[in-house]
Amino acid sequence: MSLVARHLEANGLPTVVMGCARDIVEECGVARFVFTDFPLGNPAGKPGDAGMQQAILGTALDLLERAWMPRTTVQTPYQWPDDAWREDFMRVDESNREELARQGKERRDLQARLKKG
Amino acid sequence: MMDQLRPYRSFVSYIDRSRNYYAAQGYERPYAWPHYDEVPFTPLAKPLFQCRVGLVTTAGLPKPVDPMAAMLYRREMYAQPAWPPPESLYTDDLFWDKKATHTRDVDSFLPLTRLAGFAASGRIGSASPRFYGVPTDYSQGRTIERYSPQILDWCREDGVDAAILLAL
Repeated sequence: MSLVARHLEANGLPTVVMGCARDIVEECGVARFVFTDFPLGNPAGKPGDAGMQQAILGTALDLLERAWMPRTTVQTPYQWPDDAWREDFMRVDESNREELARQGKERRDLQARLKKG
Repeated sequence: MMDQLRPYRSFVSYIDRSRNYYAAQGYERPYAWPHYDEVPFTPLAKPLFQCRVGLVTTAGLPKPVDPMAAMLYRREMYAQPAWPPPESLYTDDLFWDKKATHTRDVDSFLPLTRLAGFAASGRIGSASPRFYGVPTDYSQGRTIERYSPQILDWCREDGVDAAILLAL
């Protein structure tokens, strides 16, 4: 998505990226970025929370008017109710290491079979 | 006043996390993420209350209910009427935290209703009559050469003055 935003900017169309994966967007580099520190999935605010969604989109509109240079990141003030997702997402530890290795091998075997037809 | 002292960074690094996860699955060559030193920047050409704003999403059109059609479903680019907003969009194939949250409220990842509200209140000139979908693609070449110019074309066709892009 950051690549698309860069293309639009380079062709004269102002953009804002809204997202929750700060490192991916900032590594790529975009003109304006509204970051919400939520688990991936709801870059525009919590499901069912219209007030929060309006405030976050409002922040993106503010950035369109006020950012004066690229790589302007603004973090919204919202917090997810708990922090468990930070550790849980794509977790690798002794409890699942063997299972992950097995899943990876299974997928590669399947892909190899599909390739062969 | 600070709340806590932490010997680590609070933000999840998805680059680090996904690299370690796929390495544990036995993928030896890590995905290489785009990095640029230079970043293009275009200021707004006119006041926001005169601008038409469009939204771009990585979510896909709803998967057909018919099993055969569902099997043939492929992620493609699309431009769809923004009003009324779709009741749901297809996100199962995307990289997001399916354990911690859900995407049943479209406005939580594609705020078409909220954008229409800003158009009604006069904060923006208007919302684009369409929103735009772009698949998340492993291939950065396809995103740069195929998807990006198409999104630009659609935005120009619709008279969009500023675009907001939301990645799940």
